[in-house]
Amino acid sequence: MTSQPEAVKFPLPPSPVPYDIGPEVRALAARCPVTQVELPDGTTAWAVTGFNEVREVLIDQRYSRALACAPDRPQRGLESILAESLMGMDPPEHSRLRKLVAGAFTEKRMQALRPEVTRIVDSLLDEMIAGPRPTDLVRSFSLLLPSRVICSLLGVPPGDLDSFHGWSNTLFADWSRTREEMAAAYAAINGYMAELVARKRKDPADDLISVLIAARDLGDKLSEAELVRFCFGLLMAGHETTANQLNMSFVALCRHPAELARLRADPGLIPVAVEELLRFVQIAGKGSIPPARVTREQVHLGGVTIPAGEAVLPLMNVANRDPEAFPDPNRLDLLREPKTHVTFGAGTHHCLGAQLARMELQEGFRGLLTRLPGIRMAVPLDGIEFREGHLLASMRELPVTWDAP
Amino acid sequence: MTWKVRVDADLCISSGMCVAAVPDRFAFGPDQRSRPVSELIDQDEAVRDAAAACPVEAISVTDAETGAPVPLE
Repeated sequence: MTSQPEAVKFPLPPSPVPYDIGPEVRALAARCPVTQVELPDGTTAWAVTGFNEVREVLIDQRYSRALACAPDRPQRGLESILAESLMGMDPPEHSRLRKLVAGAFTEKRMQALRPEVTRIVDSLLDEMIAGPRPTDLVRSFSLLLPSRVICSLLGVPPGDLDSFHGWSNTLFADWSRTREEMAAAYAAINGYMAELVARKRKDPADDLISVLIAARDLGDKLSEAELVRFCFGLLMAGHETTANQLNMSFVALCRHPAELARLRADPGLIPVAVEELLRFVQIAGKGSIPPARVTREQVHLGGVTIPAGEAVLPLMNVANRDPEAFPDPNRLDLLREPKTHVTFGAGTHHCLGAQLARMELQEGFRGLLTRLPGIRMAVPLDGIEFREGHLLASMRELPVTWDAP
Repeated sequence: MTWKVRVDADLCISSGMCVAAVPDRFAFGPDQRSRPVSELIDQDEAVRDAAAACPVEAISVTDAETGAPVPLE
């Protein structure tokens, strides 16, 4: 029972179908729930693919994010930046900081924000309808929707977004940018945020940045550096992810016409459909490696013994295809219930913006499907270009068209 | 003081934040939703914190005797 599988190279080859998982990943998942893999830098890690095992790694405090981001570990991609963010902390440090913002992202708050989101969706669609067809969904809708929402929530002037998207693309471009480029973008965002915080400190408004400033100045609950990092972390985290989930979900729907027709016939299904699309659709970039955990002590997981100090990779997207948790997992079934996927993670680091993302996706699809009749892709699937070396499957553009009224 | 802890399964989104924070008090049920390991507990600040941190406010904590909600601060 102690036979351990030989190391396979990770990441595995990308899927030929961008919204789906590839045959190699399916084979890895079928092999066993925990597999030792070799990463591009020659180090080894444990790739976890079973639903229960992935959730265990995410929930059990013996798997540490703080250790994974420690200076003695290989610093992959965003890890050096994440080390200073919520995503690089364990409780109790994590709990102290998360508590300060959690209240702004609760279900109750999100429902109060919904009319504002609907207004943003409608104004973007008004512009699309008034403009030419085909048009690029990324620049006219999917990136702008979450950007405008998070700007409004935080109190960031929407006019500052263009420079922000440039920096954000540099930071998310996991393999293709140099360390210097990344450091410059990081410094630029920090500088921008420090200045915005200074302005808001003088002239507070009804927004999250002002709330955080008050928590620092009146309650001494976080340091100035934490405050600034927090603000840009919140601004960063929320839009490339949601934008590409929206893009990729739309593409997947176009490739499943019967499911799309079902949704068009009954927009009341949109909330359930959004959950299934969150489970099914892949938005990780080619060659990206998900945030690792490092074992604090020896653990037993999925029949394997993992020593202390080893890197563990919980593959949430693969866990979402575990047949034990989701019958016929590789089929897109919009009526599938309930919403127990691990796309937003689980445990301590469960996505702070999960309820916000859900609402944006719901309102976004409601708008696209009800106001743009017959909306469809205006390029074939292999005509979609992705940003190379990006942490996310970030589409450069997604030309769409629809029927004239 | 004895507290009564409940998780509303209709609201629960299986975030597992409570299960991670207080594993001896919360666990996933067969429906993959969180549930209290036992409904009646001695006053426990960690459970109060978990209720306050729940992203969908699915956890309720009440005084077992009076039924009054325990303030989550």
